[in-house]
Amino acid sequence: MSQKLADIAHSRAGDKGNTLVLSLFPLDDKDYELLVEKVTAEKVKHHLAHQLKGPITRHEIPELQALLFTCENALASGVTTSLAMDAHGKSLSYALLEMAI
Amino acid sequence: MKKKLRIGCGAGFSGDRLEPALILTQHGNLDYLVLECLAERTIALAQKRKQQDPNAGYDILLERRIEGLLPLLIQHGTRLITNMGAANPISGAKKILEIAQGLRLKIKVAVVLGDDVFHHIQGTELSLEGNRALTSYGKLISANAYLGVDTIIPALKTDADIILTGRVADPSLFLAPMVYEFGWDPENADLMGKGTVIGHLMECAGQITGGYFADPVTKPVPNMDILGHPIVEVSQDGLGLISKVEGTGGLINSQTAKEQLLYEVLDPEKYYTPDVIADFRSVRFEEVTTNQIKVSGGSGKSKPETLKVSVGYEAGWIGEGEISYAGANAVERAKLAGEIIKKRIGHHFEEFRIDYIGQSSLHGESLSYGSSPYEIRLRIAGKSNEKSMAQLVGEEVEALYTNGPAGGGGARKYLHEVIGVVSILLNRNQIQPSIQVFES
Repeated sequence: MSQKLADIAHSRAGDKGNTLVLSLFPLDDKDYELLVEKVTAEKVKHHLAHQLKGPITRHEIPELQALLFTCENALASGVTTSLAMDAHGKSLSYALLEMAI
Repeated sequence: MKKKLRIGCGAGFSGDRLEPALILTQHGNLDYLVLECLAERTIALAQKRKQQDPNAGYDILLERRIEGLLPLLIQHGTRLITNMGAANPISGAKKILEIAQGLRLKIKVAVVLGDDVFHHIQGTELSLEGNRALTSYGKLISANAYLGVDTIIPALKTDADIILTGRVADPSLFLAPMVYEFGWDPENADLMGKGTVIGHLMECAGQITGGYFADPVTKPVPNMDILGHPIVEVSQDGLGLISKVEGTGGLINSQTAKEQLLYEVLDPEKYYTPDVIADFRSVRFEEVTTNQIKVSGGSGKSKPETLKVSVGYEAGWIGEGEISYAGANAVERAKLAGEIIKKRIGHHFEEFRIDYIGQSSLHGESLSYGSSPYEIRLRIAGKSNEKSMAQLVGEEVEALYTNGPAGGGGARKYLHEVIGVVSILLNRNQIQPSIQVFES
């Protein structure tokens, strides 16, 4: 059965100018290694290709059992000047959680 | 010298709810209440208001917040630290005194000045975002530097009841009373890092108590209609205990804390503030009891030599129009309507966008699986330097009533001025902070 990230993980989106920050955590700590293995920067870039127009850096934070993706040029010029409905990109955490794993 | 300090956060953005701050002051046994009300764009908009009226430019909700809070702050001996001064802290302080006089309360307000560095800006500075000269963006309207605890502590030393600032780094609003009350050495990067971790966890108020977190399926949060805001009890060694007032709604646990810790953090190893370059990687959370969490760990390296400056500029106008279609072929009719508008006016705009709300407006076509809803809302947006051109977007969409596909309903149009924000770095020795004290 195919699984979505949403079944095993939670995420929060944050923004700094035109940079999107997506944090990702397992709902159950035992799945952290699975996230490290499956959710690479390349996969995130591919999954959200319509939105993420710049480089993506993945930070691993094992002490917190967390991954952090810093996505540049990802918010259609940024909160104040973007024409997007969701100019902050606040809904994008749930776009990430749609990823199949 | 205090051994423990209780700080509450009653607002995490300018438009935040009013009542959590009242509940925190009344029942939180607080030493300090912080209200964080200043986003990057909020201060540029405030500068714009100040240009139109020299007595304006402080936070729009300042009067309503202070009117309710002032008697409680005096009664409970709680000091308020807030950046509601925005672009005009002096006028904000005068307004607070006016409110105090009306309530026959005697108070002292200390204002932190020096963040407004507009007169330092040449326009030739290169932005961090695009490496372009500032003037290439448009007419500059504001430049505000992020100040740190070194500028707030002199205000705390005046024994003022209220410390009112303009642009300061959000975690510094919380770190300043820790440094002041515990006598921390501001050069002790480890303690400054720990205090910054706590400040960062607290600054968004409801975002650590279950707001911007809840998902009724995977992350249920109780009683969000009465969501409480956080209190932190900090000890001298930089440990924090985060909780909320008994009886308020929400949830505090490792999950809410972890989400908030990494919120808007570009690099967990290097979180830049004017006070320290904090390292979040070693932060640990321990659930002590229900809705109470212990924060430990975190560290830092020396403070940066430069301060970030947010520069606001005039970026034109955005016009929007919306209209809905329902029933058979709703999506096809909405798409026809979108094509009509694109053909008529799309070429006039540098940036132009067509969204099908209910179908593909948030995450594009790729994640939307070609679903076919019963109803769909067309939304068109265009940005222009000409106000009249931006206005045309809504007018054209409205005209679809009689000139577009069958059954279009509920047209709405919007127009707003766009204030852009970019950043530069300024050497900290170019900033001249000062304080001014007012008494009723």
